[in-house]
Amino acid sequence: MTAVDELTWTAVCEFGDLEPERGVAALLPGGEQVALFLTYAGTLHALSNVDPFSGAAVLSRGIVGDRTGMPVVSSPVYKQAFDLTTGQCLDEPDVRVRTYPVVVWDGFVRVGSP
Amino acid sequence: MTRTLVVVGNGMVGHRAVQALRDRDAEGTWRVVVLAEESRPAYDRVALSSYVDTWDAGTLSLPEHDESVQVRLGDPVRHIDRAAKVVTTASGHEQGYDALVLATGSRPFVPPVPGHDLPGCHVYRTIEDLDLIRASGGRSAVVIGGGLLGLEAANAVRLMGMAPKVVELAPRLMPLQVDEGGGALLRRQVERLGLEIHCGVSTVAVEAGGNGAAAGVSLADGTRLDADVVVFSAGIRPRDELARESGLAVGERGGILVDESCRTSDESIYAVGECACLEGRVYGLVGPGYAMAEVVADRLLGGGAVFPGADTSTKLKLLGVDVASFGDAHAASPGALEVVHNDPVSGSYRKLVVSDDAHVLLGGVLVGDASQYATLRPLVGRPLPADPGSLVAPAGGVDLALPDEAQVCSCHAVTKGQITCAINESGCTDVASVKSCTKAGTGCGSCVPMLKQLLDECGVVQSKALCEHFEQSRAELFEVVRATGIRTFSQLIAGYGKGRGCDICKPVVASILASLATGHVLDGEQAGLQDTNDRFLANLQRNGTYSVVPRIPGGEITPEKLLVIAEVARDFGLYTKITGGQRIDLFGATVDQLPPIWRRLVDAGFESGHAYGKALRTVKSCVGTTWCRYGVQDSVALAIDLELRYRGLRAPHKIKAGVSGCARECAEARGKDFGVIATELGWNLYVGGNGGFKPRHADLLVSDVDTETLVRVIDRFLMFYVRTADRLQRTAAWIEAMDGGLDHLREVIVDDSLGICADLESAMAEHIDSYQDEWRGVLEDPEKLARFSSFVNAPGVPDPTISFREERGQRVPTVQLGMPTEGLLAGPNISEVAAR
Repeated sequence: MTAVDELTWTAVCEFGDLEPERGVAALLPGGEQVALFLTYAGTLHALSNVDPFSGAAVLSRGIVGDRTGMPVVSSPVYKQAFDLTTGQCLDEPDVRVRTYPVVVWDGFVRVGSP
Repeated sequence: MTRTLVVVGNGMVGHRAVQALRDRDAEGTWRVVVLAEESRPAYDRVALSSYVDTWDAGTLSLPEHDESVQVRLGDPVRHIDRAAKVVTTASGHEQGYDALVLATGSRPFVPPVPGHDLPGCHVYRTIEDLDLIRASGGRSAVVIGGGLLGLEAANAVRLMGMAPKVVELAPRLMPLQVDEGGGALLRRQVERLGLEIHCGVSTVAVEAGGNGAAAGVSLADGTRLDADVVVFSAGIRPRDELARESGLAVGERGGILVDESCRTSDESIYAVGECACLEGRVYGLVGPGYAMAEVVADRLLGGGAVFPGADTSTKLKLLGVDVASFGDAHAASPGALEVVHNDPVSGSYRKLVVSDDAHVLLGGVLVGDASQYATLRPLVGRPLPADPGSLVAPAGGVDLALPDEAQVCSCHAVTKGQITCAINESGCTDVASVKSCTKAGTGCGSCVPMLKQLLDECGVVQSKALCEHFEQSRAELFEVVRATGIRTFSQLIAGYGKGRGCDICKPVVASILASLATGHVLDGEQAGLQDTNDRFLANLQRNGTYSVVPRIPGGEITPEKLLVIAEVARDFGLYTKITGGQRIDLFGATVDQLPPIWRRLVDAGFESGHAYGKALRTVKSCVGTTWCRYGVQDSVALAIDLELRYRGLRAPHKIKAGVSGCARECAEARGKDFGVIATELGWNLYVGGNGGFKPRHADLLVSDVDTETLVRVIDRFLMFYVRTADRLQRTAAWIEAMDGGLDHLREVIVDDSLGICADLESAMAEHIDSYQDEWRGVLEDPEKLARFSSFVNAPGVPDPTISFREERGQRVPTVQLGMPTEGLLAGPNISEVAAR
């Protein structure tokens, strides 16, 4: 695991900008796109925004819910579900998308990237 | 080497023979030539009486053969040169053959009574016969013959507005199918419909009136019946004259003699259907004809199929009365016993014929209520599971355990064992999957209740649960929301579900809330329930961009508005395509471009076209009376009115509609969820059509209604659909799954059998009153508008993964092969993904 102090932290928005179960996309300095999700329970998750099945950068626009209690987002393109915590695709065991560390500090949502 | 098959006759059985051969002859070893006497393509003669509903011959069409089959219409074969293997048609056309199939069918038998050939005398066999009866403009009709065909003819005549009188020589109606008791009940039921029945009496003469045309029919008992239309449907005679003339062997009472392989006395010539005489019998039902067609197809390809013996079991609804007979219905077997339950009060007659020891079921007759047909018919020839008395008793409640080899679907010869195997081993969990897996239930459909029962018996719980979060079906959730007044997803799932929902239940609840007219679809929590299309009020395309479809009601648009669309497309670099729904789709807009695009469209007077929603899409129209030389009603005006009336209506699935100004049907309305076709008297309304994966023509619901009635019935239809259909169930599947199907739908929304029509209408009125354009709603609300940005931290930066190339002068997405590497930690290799 990457040590926290080696990460670059990008403030992407104010925490108050996020609404539960409605993702937003953010652009990191390296050009990577992350999808940010606030669950109904109040936990924050950041995954790669790129849907691996279509190649479109759209995961932030998927529907957020749960599968057997596990928070997931469904890709809006072909509907595969991704575990918000691990990025694991629940419909294709071989597929997993990158997750990013995310913290709220000083009222801002910050995403860590190497 | 390719050989030539010539089929003489293009009726249902000839058509089936060709289709069966084409289905199996993948290598194309046979070239097929069909020589037909009739000048119209093959059609469903069994459904002939339904032609009177629409006067649209297209509704009876059978599927067309592929283009390799050559069909020559209106040129009957007159001569067979068996030595040279050449047939000659009436026009002198000569056609050589390697094999010949005679499917010449039969002709109606007209008893040679005096006056049988007067003007006003008709037969009942073809579309042309019905056209002639209609054109005669008769007022009083006598139908000679009270069998199956006679009652069909009586029904057709009745639908043309005449009260027919039926004359039957035998002492009861349908003497071949039902016994005396069943016939008596059948008679009482049809007399209630206003038919006058004369049984056990022969026709002496057709009498001419002053104009030399038929004016009445006199019977042997001295009765005289007024009639300016006389329809003979007193049986059929095989069309075997061509065979006789060619020296083929024919039966004593007619019919071309064939063996069990359907081969005639000439080994290159087969005969199938009503013209064939097999084991001394001529079969006048389509089922045995189809079986012969299959045998011949198999034989032509070198197989050894033999005629399986005919199942002459029949179940049909005649003049609204269910009639079924199966097996040895007349107890002709030695020692056979009859067990009868006759209830004239409730209008049901049931008879079982059993062996002399009462252990084996031999046959039966059911009149009035034939619901037991599906369970009883497969038991024929098998030990009875219970004593026969309890089986005929009303609501017997006896467990009819069938043996595995019992045939459940007689149309496709599917046994109970094959069905339970499909359920237990192939994992079929509902009627639809059993149907597609085994073909059972896809013919006449009478065994569908049995399929449900077998699913139950196999322990398949046919769950109605919407998803893991809600145990209710969509229709039940709709009622919960309606009755409780709950208006948020969180309240609903807390009270009636579990967890936090998913991409199945959230859009369903969003749709229910929208149907109940609860404000803008992106208000508050509702926005998070929507699929991406509804969330951005545009259609997501494969590269993450969206397409934009402004509403163009009825497909009518001014040049000025067309210019606005063109300018918007040009200025934003959007790919432009005309849709099948008579509007224009603009592709390639990014999320942040959607508001400025719509600002310009809304300013020019456009509204959302709801192409993104499970909602009313378009009402397509033809040109109508304003311009068209043939139109009989103003289809464009009606289409616009309907589209504006129902715009914004959210539903379980998309709804498409069409209005045609005349029977030429240029708007393709019968391929729509609801389709309206103009008649000279008003409008015909068809429901339950769709294109897509499984195309289906809509069925006639009401005919010749005025505009007000039409709109009222559509209001009810749509609202009933919105309330009771399953998620993603189009109207076709909804009607098909309904107990009682189209008849039940008609009872509910036309006859108001449930007393809910006023409620449905007021719900629709509420929808119409509360309609607001969704895009205007977004543009006027800064909070909603703010959500249309690509990046929360860089609202003006376009998505860098989107790129375009040019094709035929327009921008299209660059195609990406394989999985992107960005953001992907694990994945199958590229070639696997590309193959998806």
